[in-house]
Amino acid sequence: MKKVLIMGCGRVGAWLAGLLDADGYQVTVLDIDATSFRRLPSDFKGTALVGNGLDQGTLKKAGIEELDAFVAATQGDNRNVMAAQIARHIFNVPRVICRIYDPLRQEIYQTLGIEAISPTTVFAQLLKERLEREEPK
Amino acid sequence: MYIVVIGGGRVGYYLTRELLDEGHEILVIEKNAALCNTLNDEMGSICVNGDGCEAATLAEVGTGRADMLIAVTGDDEDNLVACQVAKHKFKVPRTIARIRNPQNEFLFKKLGVDVTVSTTNIIMEHIAEEVPTHPLTHLFSFREKGLEIVEVKMPAQAATVGKSVEELSLPEESKLVLIIPREGKPYVPYSGNVIHAGDHIIAVTVPESEVKLRTALLGS
Repeated sequence: MKKVLIMGCGRVGAWLAGLLDADGYQVTVLDIDATSFRRLPSDFKGTALVGNGLDQGTLKKAGIEELDAFVAATQGDNRNVMAAQIARHIFNVPRVICRIYDPLRQEIYQTLGIEAISPTTVFAQLLKERLEREEPK
Repeated sequence: MYIVVIGGGRVGYYLTRELLDEGHEILVIEKNAALCNTLNDEMGSICVNGDGCEAATLAEVGTGRADMLIAVTGDDEDNLVACQVAKHKFKVPRTIARIRNPQNEFLFKKLGVDVTVSTTNIIMEHIAEEVPTHPLTHLFSFREKGLEIVEVKMPAQAATVGKSVEELSLPEESKLVLIIPREGKPYVPYSGNVIHAGDHIIAVTVPESEVKLRTALLGS
């Protein structure tokens, strides 16, 4: 069973946790605010942990040393990018993905070997494609 | 030198004042508009209101020709990103980051930040110097060479007091360089010299052998 750690239990983090959990992944969600765990689906079987994902001690407690993948999805671009680099360069997690809203920063970190997705560019592109398609009847 | 400072809080404020006094060209980037105005009122137009982690802001202030970028915001992650963007996008030759969490020192170095300054570590080092329960004190470290200079003050009850230097089983990677006796002049230790209580012994060692060195000197 693949082990995934998600940092940030916002809408995206919680939704992803639900999807992976339903698919049989072993999911741990980390957030500094316990109230954010209300977003997790009621049948969520994974672990929810309160803690700072930039703290190496907390990451160890969350089992980062045995992970298959790490996802950084907090509200802060810089937090995500720093956590992603800790996961990659300190703990050698095999797969690391992070969210970076700022397209320029996303580009820079992509060239530095961090797998980064910019929701800004992805969503803008999606909207453009929708607009160019004919309106459904 | 042209120096870009990220963060105009208390550290940034005093740092900027000192650097201006030394005759450097300084530009501060600060997110908070009120802080920015204070700096500008007091020191002339030196502060730009914006996000120092954003490539566009950095481009606007001419980071490409900066000799140095110093990131002193209160958040480690912001300081890291500002330095990385400066380094990789604008090829700034020297980047310096303030860090809060001492654990981050290793990561920042590994990720290409040239110099890190950890207030926590600096205070810890001072405490270690002042508090007698830490028999081994760090005086200096040569990070590039992986060496450090440490000091041991010989307690009267140490098993090694009264023994000669050659009787100590020092680890291979540690060398005694100086003994400062309680009274009299400092001298370079020689195999026949006898260790006295109250001696300050200065040694060079690799960090991994610190424990062995401590045991060899204190005999426990």
